[in-house]
Amino acid sequence: MTAIPDTSDTAPAPSKAAQAGAPQIKPPLRERLIETPALLPGLTFLLVLILWETLTRAFQVPTYVLPPPSRIVEGFGAVSFARWAEHVWSTFRVAMLGYVVAIAVSLPIAIGLAKSRFLTRCLYPLLVVIQSVPVVAVAPIIIVVLGTDDAPRVVITFMISFFPLVVSMTTGLMATPPELIELSRSLNAPAYREFTQIRIPYALPYIFSGLKISITLSVIGAVVAEFVAADAGLGYFIQFSTSMFKLPQAWAGLFLLVALSLLLFQIVTQIQKRLFPWSLPKETR
Amino acid sequence: MTLAPPAISFQDVAQVFATKSGPLTALGGVNLEVAQHEFVAVLGPSGCGKSTLLRLTSGLMMPSAGQITVLGLPVTRPREDVGIVFQQPTLLPWASVEENVVFPVKHTKGRVGPAHRDRAREILETVGLGGFGKRLPGELSGGMQQRVGIARALFLNPDLLMMDEPFSALDALTRDEMGYELLRLWQASPKTVMFITHSIPEAVLLADRVLVMSERPGRVIADLKVPLGRPRSEESLRAPEVQEFAAHLRSLLIKPAKPSPKPEAA
Repeated sequence: MTAIPDTSDTAPAPSKAAQAGAPQIKPPLRERLIETPALLPGLTFLLVLILWETLTRAFQVPTYVLPPPSRIVEGFGAVSFARWAEHVWSTFRVAMLGYVVAIAVSLPIAIGLAKSRFLTRCLYPLLVVIQSVPVVAVAPIIIVVLGTDDAPRVVITFMISFFPLVVSMTTGLMATPPELIELSRSLNAPAYREFTQIRIPYALPYIFSGLKISITLSVIGAVVAEFVAADAGLGYFIQFSTSMFKLPQAWAGLFLLVALSLLLFQIVTQIQKRLFPWSLPKETR
Repeated sequence: MTLAPPAISFQDVAQVFATKSGPLTALGGVNLEVAQHEFVAVLGPSGCGKSTLLRLTSGLMMPSAGQITVLGLPVTRPREDVGIVFQQPTLLPWASVEENVVFPVKHTKGRVGPAHRDRAREILETVGLGGFGKRLPGELSGGMQQRVGIARALFLNPDLLMMDEPFSALDALTRDEMGYELLRLWQASPKTVMFITHSIPEAVLLADRVLVMSERPGRVIADLKVPLGRPRSEESLRAPEVQEFAAHLRSLLIKPAKPSPKPEAA
């Protein structure tokens, strides 16, 4: 066999070739800046913080309108670490429980929708109706029905985060090349293997985009639930702090919330990267 | 020998699909017979139901009317002993080349034994992919991916090989190369092959017999023996009688004998 795999349309290896062939010639500064990891976004964030600090100080913006970052940092100190941990844990727990329930519910629904057009015709309109209900408006009702512990908060989180999962999973399960399904059928294999060995792995890129959207939605869901009824959690803390006019610590809570959301998003991204690298577009592997 | 049943036999097979704009007759009364170890090309314009023919033979679809037998037995469900090569390689992008080849066993049995792995390596060697077993499909060129597809179809050593325009997605050079490769494979272990194509040179190069199909509703309008012995080469394609044969096929395709719009069972 003399054929060598044609790399021109598969592996993007020009950077290696450039290093080996002409090490002295540097690409333009602008390109090097773009390629340096974390440099440009980091600088942007720093610049925003500096501008924020100087402008709020220069114009003496009242703290309740927009506290400068330094005051927000002080706001972190206004509350004990144990209290922060309690709030973060509470929000994290509800968000994760709601997320897991959303995954557990949407996968069977998606499999059902992918397998049967009959079921799609019956169920899909119902799902759209559920998705169209403004969850914030239903939240008080859910709390009256389910009480004041975690259950109603988990349900609210679930309601906010499950729809993108159903849609992405169903789309993914339907995206399998029909020939592979025919191959599966021509082998007379057990029907479930069509899903475990073909459809679900094929759907993973879609499933992961759903998982990424839903993880941030589940944090939003937890916060919405806490706004309505809670005695702990970052959402509760922000609402409580603003009602006491303690804006810097409300902002501190908001920052933690963003950090939590980003962290969870990163975890999902890393799981995809480590376990299913082929499910990512080539240039991001 | 004379008692051996035909590998494939169609008797008055019609296929009608339900579509939004009403029933669509894909095949209108097809009769054909393929002997064992015969290489038959099915040639026809796009949308003439060539692929339907293949799906009916492999039992992925049941005919609306008529009778289909494979190796003397009526087709009532998908048959494992029919290997299928599709237009696209349709490999699993996350599985290595070897995993893709053993996939038929993994899919039916749930696990793969060492004997199957040996068989996979052997068959990859035959299709010219020895040493590529650990690669991912995305790392291979289109032609090599289709070789993996062929290896997968041959893996269970099927009696029948169904090929649905397997080289039409490849560039012209690779396409020729794959044609000769297929000839070599077939000569080494002759199987009954039904080769769907819309390329006249491909049909002439590969097949013992060419079935020409009409436009929809698809029917076999000509059943012609290729005037060529084996083994074949580029030279043999240049022979005048072969050129004449190809021209005849072309005339059949360009001016198909229009079948009556409402086909009655002949």
